Formats: sequence, C-alpha cells, structure tokens
Amino acid sequence: MRGVSVIGVGETQFGELWDKSFRELGIEAGLRAIQDAKIAAENLDAMYVGNMSAGKFIDQEHVASLVADYSGLTDSHLPTIRVEGGGACGAIAIHQAAMSIASGVHDIVIVGGAEKMTDVGDVEANEILSSTTDQEWESVFGATFAGLHAMMARRHMFEFGTTREQLGAVAVKNHKHGSLNPNAQFQKEITMDMVLSAPKIAEPLGLFDCAPLSDGAAALVLCAREKARRFTDTPIDLISTGHASDFIAVHDRRELTTMDATVIAGKRAFHAARKTPNDVQVAEVHDSFTITEIMAVEDLRFVPKGKGGFATEDGETALNAKISVNTSGGLKARGYPVGATGVAQAVEIVRQLRGEGGRRQVDKAEVGLTHTLGGTGGTAVVHLFARGD
Amino acid sequence: MAIPRFWREIPSRYNLIGSKCGNCGTLDFPPRVVCPRCGRRSVGKMERMKLGGRGKVVSYSIIHDAPRAFDMMKPYVLAIVEMDEGVRLTSTIIDCDPGEVKIGMPVESAFRKLGEEGEAGVIHYGYKFRPAL
Repeated sequence: MRGVSVIGVGETQFGELWDKSFRELGIEAGLRAIQDAKIAAENLDAMYVGNMSAGKFIDQEHVASLVADYSGLTDSHLPTIRVEGGGACGAIAIHQAAMSIASGVHDIVIVGGAEKMTDVGDVEANEILSSTTDQEWESVFGATFAGLHAMMARRHMFEFGTTREQLGAVAVKNHKHGSLNPNAQFQKEITMDMVLSAPKIAEPLGLFDCAPLSDGAAALVLCAREKARRFTDTPIDLISTGHASDFIAVHDRRELTTMDATVIAGKRAFHAARKTPNDVQVAEVHDSFTITEIMAVEDLRFVPKGKGGFATEDGETALNAKISVNTSGGLKARGYPVGATGVAQAVEIVRQLRGEGGRRQVDKAEVGLTHTLGGTGGTAVVHLFARGD
Repeated sequence: MAIPRFWREIPSRYNLIGSKCGNCGTLDFPPRVVCPRCGRRSVGKMERMKLGGRGKVVSYSIIHDAPRAFDMMKPYVLAIVEMDEGVRLTSTIIDCDPGEVKIGMPVESAFRKLGEEGEAGVIHYGYKFRPAL
C-alpha cells in the first residue's frame, strides 16, 4: 500500500460563533487547508467530511455534498462522503480518506470535520450529545453524557485513589495550553479554586471538568506520500492508524476505568508503525471530560494504569514535560465541535511536527499521536504522525 | 419517543428479562440474540431469563444537569448496578438521600414511572433501584 502524507491543514476559530453557519465554517477550514497545501481545487480527487449530527443540530443531512457545493467544487463533481461515528467521526474520516489514497484509488483528498452546536439551546445540545450513548438502556433510565463519565471518574477514584484535584489538574493544564492557542474557544487560564467551586454537573464532575459546546471546523489535505514533495517541503506522514470498537453501553464494558477500545486502537497503531509510547513527544487526546484524559494517557500506555491523575498533578503531561498532552488546549479549552474534533487534533499535531506551534511549540517533536473517542468509548481511533524527512 | 419503541421493550423494563447463553451460560441484560463471548455458536441458544432484582452499586453520580425528561427529579442519583447474577445495568437510585449512596451498597429493583409522552400521553414504567431492605 502507498504511504499517505498531510500536505495542508486549516481550521476556523472555535467557539460560540453566532455569525457563522455550518456551511461557512466548513468552507473556511477547507479553503485554508487548500491554501496551505498550495494546490488548486481541481487537484482534489475526493472529499471526506466528519460530522456527528447536523441532522439534529441544524436539521440538515447530506452535508458532504453541501460543503463541496458551497466550496465552489460543483464543476469537478467530486465524490463526497460524510462519516458518522459519534465524537470519533472526524478521525474515522481521516482513516477512510487515507485508505482511499493507500489503495491507489485517489491521489489527493481533502478531509473536513465540522459541527455547528450552538443553533440549539444547551439542554437540547446535551441531549443530542447523549444520543451517542445507548438510548434504550442508558438514556431512558436517566443517564447523561456527563453522568456516564462521572461514574467512570467515581470508580477511578475508588480503585486508584485518584483525587478531585487531580481531575481538576487536567482542566487547569488544558486551559493554560489554550491560552497559547489563538484559535481556542477559551484563552484564559483558570485556577484550581475555580474548578473546585464551579457548579456541579454530574458529581464528582463540575462545569470545568466538561468540554464546552462549540462551533468550528478543521480540514486536512492528504496526498500520496510519493507525490507529497511536489507540494510541500515539510510533508507530515500519517504513519499508522488503529481503530477499534467496544460495547456501546458503559455498564457492559469489562471495566469502568479502562477503555478497551483505546487500549486496542493504541496497540494497533503502535504495532503498525513499529513505535512505542516512548517514541511520542506530543499527543492530542480526547478530553471530553477531565477523567477521559486521565484514562486516555493510561490506556495509551504513556503512564501506568491508575497513575494518570498523579502524572497530571505532577506536571508530567504539560507542555514540554515528559510528554506534551493537548497542547492545543484539548477539547476542554480549544473547544469541542464534535465532528471537527478528530481533524482539529490532527491539525495541531501536524503544526507541532512542522515546527509551527508558536508559543506552544513542543521541543524536538518528531512523532505525534491523536486519540479520538466516539460516545463514551464505544469507538476509539489512534493516528500516529511523523515528520516526513 | 414513539410509543412502539418503548412498548416492545416492556418485558425487560417491567420484569428484568435478560438472556442466558445456552453455550457458555453467561447472562446478558437486556437480552441478546448473539452472545458477545461465543458469537455464532450461541445463535438459537439464547434463552430468556428473569433477573432476581437484587444487586449492588458499582459506581454512581449525582446528576445536577439533567435532560428535560428528568428535570423534575434533579438532583438524582444515576448508578451502574451489578445484579447478583453478575450482569450490569444502568438505572437510578431512589428512596434515599443522594448522600447515602456508596459503592458496594446493596440495592433492589422497584417498579416506577420512568417518563411520559407529554402531558396527556402514554406513561412509561420500568425499573429503578432503592436501598435493599
């Protein structure tokens, strides 16, 4: 199979973007990625779009064709594919696009991810987020998206001695990173006192333990590795992908404190790339809640099981520490427009590996990882990226 | 939620009907057609089985930010309960102060109202859990 490289990246501002529609966000990110790749729209062979639920958020389906249309691509009649997979849809879209290149079907493909979440109220938006859980056997009985993660947190505290402050340390760190990212939804640092005194959402989780509702889009241009240097001097290679599923309901999982989908996706990605967690300098992991980052750094084997909270509290996962986790601010501070997430994580890793991280640049970043979850862990996708030189 | 969608799940929601794999003996709730452990070998051998209704709390959360259907109940206790038969499910803990709920607490099922289709619509019933007597 052919190798695949990233030759262009783009993203919008993330946040509550009242003045921008879904299609405007998609176009903005896509055009930036095309401009960054220095290609013309005619060079594109296909478009993949990660989107969780435009049908519920803005009452619009058939969104891949819509974005291509308003991006001025009707003349090329591109094949467009919308990918759904809960919060992991953007990461799955990258994988699908990469396979279309690896197989030899396409040479250059654009991958977009977008979500417009603030056209509905926050109660409705949270109900829509909950639709990625088991509606019949979790939601009907009163489970909320935050509540299911809160039960993972409670159990993690019970089994490993993880503390409330250690959960909070994830939010404090990621807001600090977000303060260095001009596209982040939240660019202000927060204190531990603010986290601990915030309104309760689902105990033990409070407001600052939860990623926000956001609007935003991100895009990548992928190219066959053998042709990437025609377009850029700094191609970033997508060196492997691990993609795994698990029981959709939290209560059916082997354990509440480990996401087997993450463990397996991570193993598959590391094995395929002949790398280990020690080879990774920078990682964007799925911190939809503070507990999910703690579980992710454990399940990806960056730290031993049960030590995620302690490692975060000790600063091991901060910018330019042992491993730099969520330098963009993560879902917590950069924002969580669901469909955009997997793609935005890849945009951040590509920037870091190119050395374009600005004030949040990770030293000697050679290998980067993205980790994206669907639902409460029924899907996990891990991509590994490396400098192409 | 459409009425048939709730109606067809009534056996499990009213009477805790799960399934037992005729191949490996493992229980599942709600009932499954295929055993997650045995796969194809279990097809046609999944027997219905009623759970006893007693179990213990594996984890819980006190919900303050609730969906519209549960707004009147907040704050309420969401929990994952491990039934005595070994299978787990998600429900709420009622008839006690939220502060009394602990991991490992014995609980038993109770038949309660779960929701309704608007003010004049069909009422949905099902299981909730309370501290074991």
